[in-house]
Amino acid sequence: MPDVRTHEPDEHDNAYSGLLVNDAHWAFGTDFEDPLAGVDTTVPDGVDPATLATYCLMLGDDALVLSQRLAEWCSNAPDLEEDIALSNIALDLLGQARLLLARAAAADGSQVPALPDGSPVPDEDRLAFFRDGVQFRNVRLAEVPNGDFAQTIARILLFSSWRLALFEELSHSRDAVLAAVAAKGVKELTYHRDFAGRWFLTLARGTDESRRRLLAGLDALWPYWAELFETHEVERATALAGVGVDPAGIAADVDAVVEQVLAVSGVDRPAVPPLAGVQGSKGDKGSTGSKGRDGRHTEAHSRMIAEMQVVARAHPRGQW
Amino acid sequence: MSVVAEPEPEVEPESQAQLEARFQAVIGRKDRIEPRDWMPEAYRRTLVRQVAQHAHSEIIGMQPEGSWVGRAPSLRRKAILLAKVQDEAGHGLYLYSATETLGVSRQELTEMLISGKQKYSSIFNYPTLSYADMGTIGWLVDGAAICNQVPLCRTSFGPYGRAMIRICKEESFHQRQGYELLMTMMRGTDEQRAMVQESVDRFWWPSLMMFGPPDDASPNTAQSMAWGVKTHTNDELRQRFVDMTVPQAKALGVTLPDPELVWNEQRGAHDFGQPDWDEFWDVVKGNGPCNAQRVAHRKRAWDDGAWVREAALAFANSENGETSATSATSKSNESNQSNETGTA
Repeated sequence: MPDVRTHEPDEHDNAYSGLLVNDAHWAFGTDFEDPLAGVDTTVPDGVDPATLATYCLMLGDDALVLSQRLAEWCSNAPDLEEDIALSNIALDLLGQARLLLARAAAADGSQVPALPDGSPVPDEDRLAFFRDGVQFRNVRLAEVPNGDFAQTIARILLFSSWRLALFEELSHSRDAVLAAVAAKGVKELTYHRDFAGRWFLTLARGTDESRRRLLAGLDALWPYWAELFETHEVERATALAGVGVDPAGIAADVDAVVEQVLAVSGVDRPAVPPLAGVQGSKGDKGSTGSKGRDGRHTEAHSRMIAEMQVVARAHPRGQW
Repeated sequence: MSVVAEPEPEVEPESQAQLEARFQAVIGRKDRIEPRDWMPEAYRRTLVRQVAQHAHSEIIGMQPEGSWVGRAPSLRRKAILLAKVQDEAGHGLYLYSATETLGVSRQELTEMLISGKQKYSSIFNYPTLSYADMGTIGWLVDGAAICNQVPLCRTSFGPYGRAMIRICKEESFHQRQGYELLMTMMRGTDEQRAMVQESVDRFWWPSLMMFGPPDDASPNTAQSMAWGVKTHTNDELRQRFVDMTVPQAKALGVTLPDPELVWNEQRGAHDFGQPDWDEFWDVVKGNGPCNAQRVAHRKRAWDDGAWVREAALAFANSENGETSATSATSKSNESNQSNETGTA
């Protein structure tokens, strides 16, 4: 059997060799610095681990679900630059989701779905791929279909404005892990908001067609906007414990940011009422009612989750 | 070293001959030709064809992998795959930029792609049918691409060669990721191992086709080699690929589906069977399993994005104080009735 390298006279060619080197360290995501290296992972005093875990799932699911939606743009964007930018945002959110799901699992393993004995599936993947749709805690704004490019831009603007304000506060969390995740996320979300803000302005003042589409996209999303500022019981409890953020508390700041973008773009705030919950009553935990944070989603959510989970669920003992 | 460009029509026959001699001397020294240098029109045309085809291959190649991003079976693999497809968009960008230095715009090239005037690598006209294909594409398809592309780092046209150096580094990374996925799956369940073997069976022959037809059926090779655009023949590169891949397949624990594949001690190389060249030509002519789908996808994305590109242009023009923003938009009123992208 020939040595692979003996057939490579050119120095450039060694890009191809080394494939048989038994070295796991070159794989993507494993040779990067661990963003949580050296961070204290113990749950702070006075914090209920189960509540903390649920809170992490909420923030993690927001990121995972929107990342899944944005990745649908891959090979479909208006031009290559936007294809790359939307993938970037999807990748950032996916990174945030992974850290938050892992934190949820570490805080309270009982919320991680059980798999057959000996399954090598890691906790973050058990949570992402083996929970049912009704166990996802994301806000519904993150899950609705992309619509056109204008609606996608409007969603990124709304979502990143909200999440940036939230993460700025969360970076002071008593939970060292959440604080570190938020501090890292602030830089990413600042870019996402900037990207969306520039495109929002461009589309608002570009052509009649782009403006018409932008207004329609904003109108379509506005019913999901108020939900982002309703305080779920878990959010209230974690905020009181000094580890989470009460979204009602950031509403004024976020509103000011969004108002500024709307004003400079010459766009009026949509006159569209918030979308109701799903159960017709307040949630059974005295929460905001039956909305995304309680696992009550839109019909599109279920289909999206089904696609996301189909391969993983077929191989509960698989390793990837 | 390079000669100064002059508009071709003003050149006298004598100096035309001189220019050609100097051009050929640059090639002979294995120096780079740069965009402003004089070059024979046929050289320019060959490069536009080759670089554009390469760029189109990157962009079309996003589709068979992109369709699995949403179904990636782990979050880590999802990140790896999405980042890889994103890199392919980036490669397309560098290559379209290299082509633009030859005087053809990205828009013109895209229109030639979706009208079928320009081709892309036929490998992408084969479907992706399982997640193992994400590994096999990395290992075999990117591996074959690297064999083709590494020599192009020294190709005679400067912008193309420099783009290829960067691209080859990233392709190499992708190839290792693909191989690592297959290796991980082979350590998994029986079902996963079967999935890998099935995928390798399906992609082996199309991967060999990626080097192009046999040398005696490749009419452009001689001229491309004389110009330093191409530095190895199709069959030389195919041999190199097979020799590299066999030990990797063994380490992986998969069988390559070629009963004629055997080590030839005398040649110091593997003997191997030929792909079905009738199928190759059939796919090249447009009858592959996915030709129509790939081009339709690209056309839909391009048409659906027309209003966005127009808006960006209009906005930029209005920012520059121009009043007639629409005067700069050269195309696509037809885009206004296009479907909205991404709706479920």
